[in-house]
Amino acid sequence: MLSVSSLLFLGSNASATETEAAPTKLYGTVSDKDGLPLSNIEITATGPEGFSKTVETDAQGNWEVSVLTKGTFSLTINQEDLPEGQSLTDPTKGTVKANVFSLGIELKLLFPIGPGVAKTSLLERSAQLAVDGLILGLVIGLAALGLNLIFGTTGLTNFAHGEILTLGGLLTYYLSAIVKLPVIVSVPIAVLLGAFISGFLQDRYLWKPLRKRGTGLIAMLVVSIGLAIFLRYFFLFLFGGDTRQLPQYAGQAGLQLGLVSITPKSVVTTIFGIIFIVLATLWLLKTRMGKASRAVSDNPALASASGIDVQKVIRAVWILGAALATYAGVIITVNQGVSFLMGQDMLLLIFAAVTLGGLGTANGALVGSLIIGLFVQLSTLFIPTELKYVGALIVLIIILIVRPQGILGKKERIG
Amino acid sequence: MDFLFVIQQTLSATIGVNTIIFALAAIGLNMHFGYTGLLNFGQAGFLAIGAYSVAVPVVSFGVPLWIAFLIGIFNSVIFALLLGIPTLRLRADYLAIVTIAAAEIVRQIARSATFNEWLGGSDGITGKFGKEFFDLNPFKSGLDTPILRFNANDLWVVIVGWSLVAVITFVMWVMVNSPWGRLMRAIREDEDAVRSLGKNVYLYKMQSLIIGGVIGSIGGFVYALSRQSVQPDNYGTALTFFAYTVLILGGAARVFSPIVGAMIFWFLIVFIEQILRQGVTNDLIPDWLIGVNQVGQIRFMLMGLGLMALMIFRPQGIFGDKKELALDAKA
Amino acid sequence: MQKPKSADASFALTTSPTPGSAKSDPILIADKIVRQFGGLTAVNVDHLEIQRGSITALIGPNGAGKTTFFNLLTGYDSPNSGKWSFNGKDLNGIPPHKVARLGMVRTFQLTKALYRLTVIENMALGARGQKGESVLRSIFPWIWRAQEAEIRTRATAILTNFKLIEKQDDFAAALSGGQRKLLEMARALMVEPEMIMLDEPMAGVNPALKQSLLEHIKELRTEGKTVLFVEHDMDMVREISDWVIVMAQGEVIAEGTPASVMGNKDVIAAYLGAHHDEDLSTSAEGAQA
Repeated sequence: MLSVSSLLFLGSNASATETEAAPTKLYGTVSDKDGLPLSNIEITATGPEGFSKTVETDAQGNWEVSVLTKGTFSLTINQEDLPEGQSLTDPTKGTVKANVFSLGIELKLLFPIGPGVAKTSLLERSAQLAVDGLILGLVIGLAALGLNLIFGTTGLTNFAHGEILTLGGLLTYYLSAIVKLPVIVSVPIAVLLGAFISGFLQDRYLWKPLRKRGTGLIAMLVVSIGLAIFLRYFFLFLFGGDTRQLPQYAGQAGLQLGLVSITPKSVVTTIFGIIFIVLATLWLLKTRMGKASRAVSDNPALASASGIDVQKVIRAVWILGAALATYAGVIITVNQGVSFLMGQDMLLLIFAAVTLGGLGTANGALVGSLIIGLFVQLSTLFIPTELKYVGALIVLIIILIVRPQGILGKKERIG
Repeated sequence: MDFLFVIQQTLSATIGVNTIIFALAAIGLNMHFGYTGLLNFGQAGFLAIGAYSVAVPVVSFGVPLWIAFLIGIFNSVIFALLLGIPTLRLRADYLAIVTIAAAEIVRQIARSATFNEWLGGSDGITGKFGKEFFDLNPFKSGLDTPILRFNANDLWVVIVGWSLVAVITFVMWVMVNSPWGRLMRAIREDEDAVRSLGKNVYLYKMQSLIIGGVIGSIGGFVYALSRQSVQPDNYGTALTFFAYTVLILGGAARVFSPIVGAMIFWFLIVFIEQILRQGVTNDLIPDWLIGVNQVGQIRFMLMGLGLMALMIFRPQGIFGDKKELALDAKA
Repeated sequence: MQKPKSADASFALTTSPTPGSAKSDPILIADKIVRQFGGLTAVNVDHLEIQRGSITALIGPNGAGKTTFFNLLTGYDSPNSGKWSFNGKDLNGIPPHKVARLGMVRTFQLTKALYRLTVIENMALGARGQKGESVLRSIFPWIWRAQEAEIRTRATAILTNFKLIEKQDDFAAALSGGQRKLLEMARALMVEPEMIMLDEPMAGVNPALKQSLLEHIKELRTEGKTVLFVEHDMDMVREISDWVIVMAQGEVIAEGTPASVMGNKDVIAAYLGAHHDEDLSTSAEGAQA
């Protein structure tokens, strides 16, 4: 995923002293995508009262322009000066503006530079984004299915669900990069371990005792927040803050399939993802335990009265949900690497998908996930990539206004 | 180990700027969650709106600080309306999801390059936007005693901040003990029953959302002014969750709980952090176990565990009374 | 608002005992109300009138749509089609709180006492037009203190009548199930309604309390209020109601005086058809309509 966020920013810095007559310093550093400084790049500043000044970056890539008047200044980078293979990530952002409202301060400005972006047709971009969106939707769907099953059977809105993905990713990384098992062996072990730790153990030693105590739903929700915070920083403590790639298949080249390019590892992990979703759906629809889980969702008291072992059903749902979410984490890890924030970044999208589909409806979660996945990716055709999650969340809010029960949810009865 | 230093740092933090910010955030949440039963998970969004409403007009548009405060209040009212109109008619968990999403929208827009000309991107805004406020500072020097230490600016922020907290708490106390407050608590218990008595529940929930949100945004004012900067990533979901921790520590639905909770919260955080830091730098804790940079992570882990333990074993808060337990089995 | 007339049970003698029959002075008129859940028609009431100043019982087997019908009339649910009016005022699309303000106040099958409010607070909440409920005026206690005192006096009087006065400072959660039913009814009276709608007022109430509840309901009629209640306890229906409406499978299948309805073959068939083992005189309803 390409992110231009934080490459281009404007901030003002008040570290200078406050004599009103002092000049305001506009400054910045021009560096390439790897952070290496670019020297001899021409930058032109224009401003009020005919102000115009041209400077060049020094050996460290630094430049500065001092101004003595307040007002709006425009700084333009000479794009021709950029070396081969380097260009602005957004060619239209060759000029940035600086608002100088007080003198004696420093304003830092950056120009976003990355590898030259190859021009592709709108059709190709749309096709590529649609495929990316479907894969993202699948990842969200794997996680959302489990979240929704757990919500349906226990009423728990689990804010620590994202951490199941992170743990899945970390286990895969540990087995593959440190124990040096092949990825193809690491993944099944990671999924089994994830199902055991995040599913069985979590339910057995945390949620089951809480249910027995009669802890309220909101109280359990807050407990899950505490757990999420604990796990997140525990992962950070163990693993550090970087995003790490699996050494195997790291630089895999993409296959060109018609309009889209896709890596073999992405194809394989996606196919298994689809298989897991199909199996989980069959489990829900065909097996005794799956049917029982739906009965528990509908009416726990009635299910229990009709001889269903509710605790056993909940345990099964936790194990299944954790296995699916772990695999969602595996897909992200194999294709994009793993970081301790991975789960947190996904959690809101998972919630959005579940809400969109209708809380507690299993197939709704899948539909919602695909919509969110597609929307997040396709929206970048029209809005900046860094705002793609914002777009998805706004859509969520709009859909809630129009159809409060979600796309597939049923209207509630009162009284 | 320098125990005196640990004590000085801890006590200063207990009544310090962060305590004030979290107390204000939690007072707002107390209105929402404690008294009305609204699960607002977007309190960080209100603080962000408050902080940016002070910084942006002053730094990017040269607006006087006092006008910026009014803009901040206005914006937080608008934000509350935007959140409330679609969700207050829906089930409680929808409000939770929409508010957490909305707060993230605010943060991501604030840190985006697209709007960096006004909002400062991921670096936020650093500038002299508190000048009018600090010009009024009567203290020429800070406070430096063995047990408390503030620089001149912080001392001024702390005194004004606590006065604000006191005034807001007093008004809250009057309000929750009025028929209006009774109506709010009734809504928390059962909306349908309140509707059956001829009360417009939607309107009252909106009032609660606005009042709690405005109080949160005042917390944002303090946040921005005290640091003379706003950083978008300070206003993530973690801020909301810690505000909840503060509220639950003190015990929801009690007027003084946010203040007590914020003091305990920051006392524990700084105390634990200082002890760990001293332990690591004095080689009392081996390096392979905890590095200097990992102290902050341990702190967060303990906060997470603490929140869980609190919710499981003392959901009524440290000083709470089980009888009027504010957290119930309804969702 | 129209001034309620005094109780007049004689209408029962002059009104035709057929479903949807016209009443001499109807306070509530419902027309062609249909509510469907998915493919299931829960309520399908062609025409119904409720006589002002009477006690009318709404009975029927489980799943007959009684509670759903209550929800529709009071604005808690909206029908797929149909219209209904209260005191001549069209209630289509009117939200529940406005229905209550018009003078039609309901209680709930599953009692909605506000548990973490005290009994007296529960009562005071019911009063209308409270100055202290305005967000701005709430900050200035001297504006609302006098009115609050009056409200408390009225609440205390009603609580005394309902024999709940010793409990006034207890949390509602501390009351027994029957006392909560009483409290809910007492609280509804604080709204000063013209018509009160009780959803299973007797469910879970012990026999000793039952008698006093019956007296309270009769008192309401004496005060000129209209009562519509859903009930399964046939003894109670027989004892206090002037008129009985029978619903089955969403439709009104019979109405008339208690005696005539209970001898009605259709009614007995409806009950027996739905629940072979249900005795007409027992009160047991688990699942709601």
